[in-house]
Amino acid sequence: MSNKDPKLLLFHAPLLRQDMTTPKAMRDVIYALLPATGAALWYFGISAALVIAVSIAGAVLAEWLFAPRATRGASLKDSTGILTGLLLALTLPPGLPLWMAFLGGFVSIAFGKVIWGGLGHNLFNPALVGRAFLLATFPIAMTTWVPALPESFFDVYPSNLALPFMQVQVDAVSSATPLGMFKFQQEVTPLFELAFGKIGGSLGETSGVLLLLGGIYLWLRRDLDWRIPVSILLTVMIFSACLNLFNAERFPDPLFSVFSGGLLLGAIYMATDPVSSPITPKGAWIFGIGVGVLVMLIRVFGGLPEGVMYAILLMNAATPLIDRYTQPRVFGRDKESS
Amino acid sequence: MKPLRLLRRNFEHGVHPAHHKEQTEDLAIQRVPFGKHYVMPLGQHIGVPARAVVTEGQRLQRGQLIAEPGGFVSTALHSPVTGTVTRIGDFRGVDGRFAPAIGIEADPFATQEVDPVPPMNWQALALDEFISAVQQAGIVGMGGAAFPSHVKLSVPEGITIEKLLINGAECEPFLTNDHRLMVERPEALLEGAEIMRRKLGAEEIVIGIEKNKPDAIEIVSRHIGDGQPVRVAPLDVKYPQGAEKMMIRSVFGVEVPAGQLPRDVGVNVNNVGTIVAVADYFLRGLPLIERVVTVAGPGVTYPANLIVPLGTPVRDVLQFCGGLKPGTREIIMGGPMMGRPVASLDVPVLKGCSGLLVFTEEQTSRRTEYPCIRCGRCVEACPYFLNPSRLARLSKARLYDEMKDYHVFDCVECGCCTFACPSNIPIVQLIRTAKDDLSHRKEPEE
Repeated sequence: MSNKDPKLLLFHAPLLRQDMTTPKAMRDVIYALLPATGAALWYFGISAALVIAVSIAGAVLAEWLFAPRATRGASLKDSTGILTGLLLALTLPPGLPLWMAFLGGFVSIAFGKVIWGGLGHNLFNPALVGRAFLLATFPIAMTTWVPALPESFFDVYPSNLALPFMQVQVDAVSSATPLGMFKFQQEVTPLFELAFGKIGGSLGETSGVLLLLGGIYLWLRRDLDWRIPVSILLTVMIFSACLNLFNAERFPDPLFSVFSGGLLLGAIYMATDPVSSPITPKGAWIFGIGVGVLVMLIRVFGGLPEGVMYAILLMNAATPLIDRYTQPRVFGRDKESS
Repeated sequence: MKPLRLLRRNFEHGVHPAHHKEQTEDLAIQRVPFGKHYVMPLGQHIGVPARAVVTEGQRLQRGQLIAEPGGFVSTALHSPVTGTVTRIGDFRGVDGRFAPAIGIEADPFATQEVDPVPPMNWQALALDEFISAVQQAGIVGMGGAAFPSHVKLSVPEGITIEKLLINGAECEPFLTNDHRLMVERPEALLEGAEIMRRKLGAEEIVIGIEKNKPDAIEIVSRHIGDGQPVRVAPLDVKYPQGAEKMMIRSVFGVEVPAGQLPRDVGVNVNNVGTIVAVADYFLRGLPLIERVVTVAGPGVTYPANLIVPLGTPVRDVLQFCGGLKPGTREIIMGGPMMGRPVASLDVPVLKGCSGLLVFTEEQTSRRTEYPCIRCGRCVEACPYFLNPSRLARLSKARLYDEMKDYHVFDCVECGCCTFACPSNIPIVQLIRTAKDDLSHRKEPEE
């Protein structure tokens, strides 16, 4: 022992921690999305990269701009801005004008996160707030789908380069999403194409299998509450199986329902956003079933072909209520007294 | 649902910290040589401090009574060494605050033999005589809480104790003192358990040991005689397996109702060290004057399991272990999950000190705190099924009263939530703050 005593700290136990941290968990989600992002690049070429880049840029700019001066750098380090920008981009049409994608990213963080008090305080999923804003503001651009696989990787969809606030050029060759084709033309897309991606749709919707793969990675890393995607997907499958039995002409089969549209992206990566979903295990089941039912109601009875976004946003709003009524039973107490 | 759940022989939730026991689990217990200065705080157990019965300058024999119980929830103190009382007054306590204690200087030429209490015919003692003998022996819960053991034995009328549960889980990482005691003194453990069982009128003794101590399970099982009502229950390795309510859940499949005690479900739980102390007192006449302490952690030169006389300064114990490595940042008395930080090297080893753990940079570096993202890891960790995320949020907003609706007083501060939190939020500390505030506010009304 040295002659001088060491300066002793008095940190309170527990001194041991598991090694997961919040920024690591956020980065895990980004890693989980990389395969699907790669697929987006494969199918839509350089346009996909541009849309993703400007959406992230918008989100990070808002994060930096609105952070309190003292913690300005810090809030960027937890990677949530990048994650929100990436998630938003994956819900956007590949041909969306870039300035709109940038604005969407900015709005996601500004109105989805910052005004609520920052990370951990927002009621709604920030990326979906951004998407809802874009859909309400630019309905035509947000529902114009370009066909996958442009002639060359470096072909930019002309509509990407539209100038801000100018009339959007509708592409000569436009395409439809599998859900749209089914809803409006009763045309079924083969499951193989749905699972592996050569379909029209937003950037992240193309490959269901890669999205599932990322979900399994997150589940293995214990980064997501498996109850939420499982309950959403089961609800949708059961709901559509019942309808399909009733009338196979009008209603698609369960696997089509799961693999089409943004359901997998929403169920695995957005509904599971811990901040805006219930914290209690029972609450997670209720939340997931609620999202599943709303998705099917909107798809079947609504005017839009797709309803994942509104379903999740509506259930986000119900989260505080669900949490309040699903407090776990406390050890050594019966249900009523806890 | 309920019977199905009870079939699962383990408590739910909890966490799995790395055990870090390899440093000391195979090291035999050795005795620390006697030093010069000893300090015996009068309030080293839960409850009323003891009352000194010696005067400054008085000669002491090792094992002699130096303080008597200050009330019912209090216990006696005995001199850990032969020597002289130097001072009765305020000494620095573990947390750094000054508190009344007896300072003793050891006689350098004494043989340090104990003057044993005349052997007692414990079988002839009535229950109340037995209880006061335990109090006179100064025996407390040796697992860390230092709750006077005789209080647990005083069962109100109408309650019968059916099972005696002996806690050898040692679920805290790093600690191996109970482990070594079970391996090296299984006879004493079984003797003490039998004394307790007879006096409580219990039918069965169950010794709960976590499966990461296969040698302890094997040796204790081997020493159980034919026809003895004793069994060893191997338990899954999970923290906090050694929390008494969790252990009762794991072993008997019963939940102790909130706000009640193990005795209300007919169980008495005692730590391995406590049971050995009972055997040492009633069979060998030795009051509680020393205990086994695990010295470990990344900052210790030679980790060890040691018999340390109570009142020995932490400095002497660590010096015996080769001193501190450079980079020592913090010393914990007890385990790393629930132990207390030591304020200075001059504080004494207490009855509840199961370990002295020396930590360096890695365990104590300032961790950035992030906002709560409601990931629910704490909810899935809390063995009491509380909602720590909610409690921490309410505590930060100082809405302490609202925390009562979320059963803040059911929290035993095991630290699972804080261990599990990826945002490094000091959840346990926030809960303690609220509990402190609430319980101090109550006083004027009463």
